[in-house]
Amino acid sequence: MELYEYSASYLSRMLQAKEISSVELVRSFLNRIEMVDPQLKAFISCTPSIALDTATQMDNRRIKGEKLHPLAGVPVAVKDNISTEGLRTTCASRILENYIPPYSATVVEKLHWAGMPVLGKTNLDEFAMGSSTENSAFFPTKNPWDLTRVPGGSSGGSAVAVASGMAPLALGSDTGGSIRQPASLCGVTGLRPTYGRVSRYGLIAFASSLDQVGTLAMSARDNAMLLNLIAGHDPLDSTALPERDHDYTARLTEEVKGLRVGVIRQNVAEGFDREVTDAVLKAASFLEENGALVEDASLPMIDYGLSAYYLINPSEASSNLGRYDGVRYGYSSDGSDLGEMFNRTRGEGFGPEVKRRIMIGTYALSAGYYDDYYLQAMKIRTMIRREYEEVFRKYDLLIGAASPTPAFKLGEKTDDPLQMYLSDVCNITDSLAGVPSMAVPSGFHSNGLPMGMQLTAAPQNESLLFRVASFFEQDPELQLGRPRIKLEEEGGS
Amino acid sequence: MSIDFSKEVDYIARLARLSLEPGEKKKMDAQLSDILDTARRIQEVDTSGIKPTAHVVNMPAAMREDQVRPSLPLNRVLQNVPRREREYVRVPSITKSEQGLKNNPDQG
Repeated sequence: MELYEYSASYLSRMLQAKEISSVELVRSFLNRIEMVDPQLKAFISCTPSIALDTATQMDNRRIKGEKLHPLAGVPVAVKDNISTEGLRTTCASRILENYIPPYSATVVEKLHWAGMPVLGKTNLDEFAMGSSTENSAFFPTKNPWDLTRVPGGSSGGSAVAVASGMAPLALGSDTGGSIRQPASLCGVTGLRPTYGRVSRYGLIAFASSLDQVGTLAMSARDNAMLLNLIAGHDPLDSTALPERDHDYTARLTEEVKGLRVGVIRQNVAEGFDREVTDAVLKAASFLEENGALVEDASLPMIDYGLSAYYLINPSEASSNLGRYDGVRYGYSSDGSDLGEMFNRTRGEGFGPEVKRRIMIGTYALSAGYYDDYYLQAMKIRTMIRREYEEVFRKYDLLIGAASPTPAFKLGEKTDDPLQMYLSDVCNITDSLAGVPSMAVPSGFHSNGLPMGMQLTAAPQNESLLFRVASFFEQDPELQLGRPRIKLEEEGGS
Repeated sequence: MSIDFSKEVDYIARLARLSLEPGEKKKMDAQLSDILDTARRIQEVDTSGIKPTAHVVNMPAAMREDQVRPSLPLNRVLQNVPRREREYVRVPSITKSEQGLKNNPDQG
């Protein structure tokens, strides 16, 4: 086995036992990137010299016998909407094509603090608006299981980097499914933490009441290790939850006996791919066979979740994206006066989906419509939160599909934004409620593509998600492995 | 009932400071009507007496001492400014003028 094929936790142990050096490890991933990324296009920028510098430093400190973080020397990929000081951060948008952040996001400072070599910045839908990574202003990313299909989005680059062995760990961001949906379409495990568990400082703002930084990796343990590093309070983000001394890896091996599990009826719905819902039901039975109490649960307000979400999200986006005016940073057009310069800069700099969201949001917030749209959507959000509070009195864990279908074809939904929005239908209400939510592999579809299920817990209960995800990893049928063979066939052509 | 969005597009684009090509506007009419028809479903729900949720974190506003602390050096703060003159940011005239930015006499 090549080094790039191992899990992050295994690599961490090998580094700590001095069986391998971080430089060797980083080289293995860089070679892998060189080999497969020309086809997959997961990275917007690669940073080999930065990664090797960090690796060398960590190797030297390890030789000296310094006590290092468990993830020291383990490489990581970072979604390109997370600010990296001195390193181009584009949000996959023309408007930020040449933007060099003057500071790093808190999560990036934490990667540096732990000594994790950063391999590069991954592709996304422009400003994280999308579900296929096709809205990137630069290029679409391909699904490693089938190069004619999308990887999901918006964290498609991060999901592909992990799935194809280009990075053992990746950071993504999830506003309404942008970690969970691509994780499930690429056959990896991805966590959206409780809103506020991870600092948003330096995550370029999209919809601030929904945005959350999270993790993508090959296993529950790998995700838990990375969350251990990035979770915590941040004086620079007033919505970051208070500090909590908590080891997310501590309860990974506990059994599932006695857990109260609700299968969300709305997320194993009639209109979904039959094999996707069957896989969820099978996983639920597996929990039941092992002593969990499994019942059908219902969250009727989910039916209104998508509608409320597609008002709240664009409203916040239209307000946040007001800052791109061509004055202080980013692309700037010209004009005979300031107003014309603003209009042209934004008209030329933003892509179609970003413009759509700005238009919807501006409409929903404008005089005469505010009460019927934005205010009503916020009230629906309250009702959704109450429903979650209610359901978590009865159940410890909710389970459903992570996406209604496996990966769809490139171009299939690009002309129909509403169909694209519907591919996040399983993920949206967890975001509105602010609860932790995780996509976990649920097996293979008969068409050979990976499928995913979504596990949801009450606020701050990420540990339970890791524990159940880790339990599923014991089922050999749910071990998807990597899309190795297909890649080599395609790569060799 | 579908919303006729075509009359609104110009007005909303103006509010949003977004110049749109005629082709873009046409496409947007149809797509936004479609999306807003779906979004309007929330109006079926009786929300009387329900308070809105703007944010899920219910914490008191974070306070800190008002102390003087170092900030980023000016050069780094201004490193991305598209039109810079010394420590100033240059923009076209705020009032309407026939002369564009490019023709403005150099004030620096």
